[in-house]
Amino acid sequence: MTQAQSITLLEAVNLALRSEMERDADIVLLGEDIGRNGGVFRATDRLQDRFGEDRVRDTPLAEAMIAGLAVGISSQGLKPVAEIQFMGFIFPTMEQLVCHAARMRNRTRGRLSCPLVIRAPFGGGIHAPEHHSESTEALFAHIPGLKVIVPSSPRRAYGLLLGAIRDPDPVLFLEPKRIYRSHKEEVEDTGEALPLGRCFTLRTGDQLTLISWGAMLSETMVAADQLASEGIRCEVIDVASLNPLDLDTLQQSASRTGRVVIVHEAPRTGGVGAEIAASIAEHCLLDLQAPIIRVTGYDTVMPYYRLEQQYLPNQQDILDAARQTLEYV
Amino acid sequence: MSHPSILQYLNPDGDTLCPLPVWCDTPDWLTRAYRHMVFARLLDQKAIALQRTGQLGTYASILGAEAIDVATGLCMQPDDILAPYYRNHACQLVRGVSAEEILLYWGGDERGSAGAAMRQDFPNCIPIASQTLHACGAAFACQYRRQPRVAVAMLGDGATSKGDFAEALNIAGVWRLPVVFVINSNQWAISVPRQQQSAVGRLSDKGLAAAVPAMQVDGNDVVAMRVALDTALGKARNGEGPYLIEALSYRLSDHTTADDASRYRPADELKRAWQLEPVARLRNLLLRLEYWDSAQEKQLQDELQGKVQQAVERYLQTPAQASHSMFDHLYSSLPDSLLEQRDWAEVRQLPGGSHCGEESA
Repeated sequence: MTQAQSITLLEAVNLALRSEMERDADIVLLGEDIGRNGGVFRATDRLQDRFGEDRVRDTPLAEAMIAGLAVGISSQGLKPVAEIQFMGFIFPTMEQLVCHAARMRNRTRGRLSCPLVIRAPFGGGIHAPEHHSESTEALFAHIPGLKVIVPSSPRRAYGLLLGAIRDPDPVLFLEPKRIYRSHKEEVEDTGEALPLGRCFTLRTGDQLTLISWGAMLSETMVAADQLASEGIRCEVIDVASLNPLDLDTLQQSASRTGRVVIVHEAPRTGGVGAEIAASIAEHCLLDLQAPIIRVTGYDTVMPYYRLEQQYLPNQQDILDAARQTLEYV
Repeated sequence: MSHPSILQYLNPDGDTLCPLPVWCDTPDWLTRAYRHMVFARLLDQKAIALQRTGQLGTYASILGAEAIDVATGLCMQPDDILAPYYRNHACQLVRGVSAEEILLYWGGDERGSAGAAMRQDFPNCIPIASQTLHACGAAFACQYRRQPRVAVAMLGDGATSKGDFAEALNIAGVWRLPVVFVINSNQWAISVPRQQQSAVGRLSDKGLAAAVPAMQVDGNDVVAMRVALDTALGKARNGEGPYLIEALSYRLSDHTTADDASRYRPADELKRAWQLEPVARLRNLLLRLEYWDSAQEKQLQDELQGKVQQAVERYLQTPAQASHSMFDHLYSSLPDSLLEQRDWAEVRQLPGGSHCGEESA
């Protein structure tokens, strides 16, 4: 065990990988530019030096192949952790993830399984080229058999990535790159995983529930601070696990506050926010005191970066929605 | 008939075109292969009959692929790993999967892919060519663990058009993976003939761009298939990297029982292809070598028909899984958020168990 260190979310990813690879020789890393280069964001920095080319493998430039290899490797009991360089390039992996990884256990009645992790940076806000900024998590959260995890702080990135690697089922681990380096947190290399499938309640309150995940939690927390300064007690929940959803925690909070705002960067229609809203409506209707409001990206193509701030929800959008909800009678 | 660049030992009549390998000096392997091929064909005929009478789902016949599959099954070691597509039941049977499990699979039941005999083999791969990458991943696992095991990917000629196959060949070449690709080049991908699938004359040439050694083999000639597979598997096992085999054959059946090949396939082409088929060819060789006679043939047919019938009866007597089984293997442990759905699935199948109660009863 090492001392707590103040590190970024990106460094926490690196720390979790290194920490778990020390413990488990069955873990292999795959991806484009992850070896000598340490990944384009440096998430795998120095891991090849530490663990060798056998365990930290630069692959040819072919995403379907990376996912297909991960299916094959994991089916034989090793634990591949593969990086897709940007979520915008994840689509060639979908057949492998949806048709194979997510259903291998079911198809073989448990004879084979795919304990793999696919890591991918996602989301906008860093002035990236086209196809580098989308948030398409809902496409994957819809798939039975696949787990979808989104960390939103260095400490949760460390613990959830350990949890994802140890999980016996395939996990898509989406890293919000806008907050890769935006703030630091004390993280201790305890080797303790955080549970998958659980929300994290970041702040408790009884007047309004703010629900979000990934990078948007930064703006959501700022909005909650602002509301707190006005005497409004918000509960803030980091969903963290988009599949499976921790509906109990979300519904209990909604029933307690009666007012809910869901914030996500992805397009609105068919988003994970819609599922959360529907679930709360189904189970908590009589406890609600106002319509559930969603603050989301538009149902548009993610714009090229000159307009991305116009696309991304911001603190003011969240405050406006919160006030609208609070004023509803 | 003979083409110098196609590995071939037998002509369509079972005459030898060149000296046979030494393992043909005794009947052991050849009669074993013949037995498996006959069994696969009898089961195939029965499966089609079951489908036609509403007792089996859509079924992909292996008619014409018997030599490819059986040779592959016999040449692989038990702890090698098979990544099949959906026309490899003959190979699966050789590797120990039961006829009942084959029928269960095509009868719509996941337990057909669950048997212990499958060891670490992959289940049938329906999305085309994606299994070639699984084989590469499995081969990597063997290489990583320094195990002398080989992964075998089987695919049709249509699958060679997919990017997955190109990506699999590519990584197999770069990492020198212990993987063997076997193309059942049966000339038809549902209704699209081989020449519309690729402009390349020999699909085995697709290995060139990935530096994967390759050969073309007469896939109706079980002797040639064994020679090719022994070479390929031996190299892969010895750390000499991947190998590609293009086995030339002909799909003597429809694509599946849901298909009608007479809509697109010339009748005379099918008739000519029947003259090349693998089971009769091997039988002719066995008779010529005096490893076989008509009494043995009759005995074998009767015995194997009986085995097929027993498997059919066990299959037909196997009840469907309980509806909660949909949830049982979705994850290693079911998330809380799905408990309600699982419970409902159980209630719903009870008499009167529905949203509308008596109205729908």
